Amino acid sequence: MTTGTMTPGAAKPQPHHGPLTRLFGGRRNLQTTLSLTLMALPGIIALLVFAYLPMVGLVIAFKNYRFADGLWGSAWVGFDNFRFLFGTDVAWRITRNTLLMNSIFIITGTVASLVIALLMNEVYTSWVSKYYQTLLFFPYFVSWVIVSYFVFGFLNAETGIVNQVITAFGGDPISWYREARYWPLILTFSHLWNSVGFGSIIYLAGILAIDPAYYEAAKIDGASKLQQVRYITLPLILPLIIILVLLSIGRIFNADFGLFYFVPRDNPQLYPTTDVIDTFVYRSLVRLGNISMAAAAGFYQSVVGFVLVLLANWFVRRINRDYALF
Amino acid sequence: MTTTAELQTRPTVRATVRRPFNWGQLVVHLILSLVGIACLLPMLLIVSISLSSEREIALNGYRLWPQGFTLFAYEYILQQPGQILRAYGVTAFVTAVGTLSGLLVCSLLAYPLSRQDYIFRRPLSFYVFFTLLFNGGMVPFYILMTRYLGLKDNILALILPYMVTAWYVLILRTSFAQLPIDLLDAARIDGAGEWRIFFQIVLPLSKPVLATIGLFFVLRYWNDWFLALLFMNRADLYPLQYLLYVLMTNINVLASNPQTVGIPIPVQSTRMAMAVLAFGPALFTFLLLQKHFVRGITIGGLKG
Repeated sequence: MTTGTMTPGAAKPQPHHGPLTRLFGGRRNLQTTLSLTLMALPGIIALLVFAYLPMVGLVIAFKNYRFADGLWGSAWVGFDNFRFLFGTDVAWRITRNTLLMNSIFIITGTVASLVIALLMNEVYTSWVSKYYQTLLFFPYFVSWVIVSYFVFGFLNAETGIVNQVITAFGGDPISWYREARYWPLILTFSHLWNSVGFGSIIYLAGILAIDPAYYEAAKIDGASKLQQVRYITLPLILPLIIILVLLSIGRIFNADFGLFYFVPRDNPQLYPTTDVIDTFVYRSLVRLGNISMAAAAGFYQSVVGFVLVLLANWFVRRINRDYALF
Repeated sequence: MTTTAELQTRPTVRATVRRPFNWGQLVVHLILSLVGIACLLPMLLIVSISLSSEREIALNGYRLWPQGFTLFAYEYILQQPGQILRAYGVTAFVTAVGTLSGLLVCSLLAYPLSRQDYIFRRPLSFYVFFTLLFNGGMVPFYILMTRYLGLKDNILALILPYMVTAWYVLILRTSFAQLPIDLLDAARIDGAGEWRIFFQIVLPLSKPVLATIGLFFVLRYWNDWFLALLFMNRADLYPLQYLLYVLMTNINVLASNPQTVGIPIPVQSTRMAMAVLAFGPALFTFLLLQKHFVRGITIGGLKG
């Protein structure tokens, strides 16, 4: 596994040269440095263009952007875009939905992944356990567009499976795609379906790393399975749980765009519960052409998200340096 | 954290012990089977709809088992493949070019970072790493791509933005740093230049991690709809996932194909058949190479 990102463990073969030559260490090392830099160059340029230039572009949030004038030609407007954004109900709605849904995802995802990992651990020696893992893992590789087809197959008001079941039991069919109040639940299910396999593999790896001697000792003392889980497994993987949860909290301001855009089929009637910062930014930018509004919301997300990542990392570092991002 | 090696070796320790029948185990198997089936169910439903006749669907709704079994939807798609075949072609091209060039550029960037004696190692590591922490978001990215790079409706817009992913670079770097240093030194003493060492020693020795990262790339490009959603208005350059999305909102896109005028479209089953054709290859790749993914997650999943 990777250790602290900035401190790879290998020994350092340092050149033994004077202060001046140490910079490049003679002609041979100069050549090495040149070659290595040349190798890195395409990647450096790609990151510059696709990662760093957009960071500079964040100043758009303080401008009245007009396509014809470009980034630098457009007029500065100070905080007007933010005043406009936070003057509407939308800012509150997208913030609440993003935080609320991501919190639900973190809690349900963690609990479900843990439970599955514990169950998998119990039957790990069985030949079928490999098939469980495959079945649970595969949804992670299905794109949200396809998931939206799946959900549609279940929830479509006229032909969907769920309404067939409801009417079979004498209930009234529900127009799922028109009723916002059901969507937190539907999105949570979709998210769980997509991510539980992935999460459980990480936890299972953590559980399998526990020294079997603990369990042997517990068995001799007559501990039941549940007691072993309660007093050995859970305490020993607690740091891993805390770290993973903290890292997800660091990303809590970023919603999974595909999930929130495709699965509810971008239906305005569902916005009260499904509109998140990412979908709002996309809609304002591409569909409504309201670039200032999109830029303000995007800036808000980038900056708050950055602060949250730093905070989360700070906490993780206090628990275990190895798991910190930096 | 464990590696896959541990994941695979541990069972042999206990597997030989015979134990009496255990009801607890049975319950665990039952629960896991049910969850496993629940994971599979949606896919089953889509396949079943794609194999059902349009009339039965209209009559009974979707069912988990094909009703009035017919391959008509697939025949229909294959008869007028224009748009669909094109989308397959676009996706295959983007995936192939993106994966190969992405792997090359990422490992070229990762190799200097793995070298302790490279003087720009620390600043460059930070340069790569920082992009994981902070990003400009959608709006500046969109404006950069459309106004300044002029990549709207250009197939490069579907490839370039994903080519260098900091996370992949860091995994590659960690893996390169674990190569036996003596081997690289020996090559250097024999007079091999850095490029030669990279291509003839580092890359061949790193096949497992290249396979893992390559697979990440393949699935990322194959499953991508995001870049098309932002930058692609030309129907002839729609990738598969994006075409699927368009079909979801408007199945009539298929009917705009001049050959199909006059034929009633099997709307319901065709739509689902399209979905099956889109995720089929991804599913196949996944089943074939699953262990590489598991390894990839256990190498770097924590920080993904």
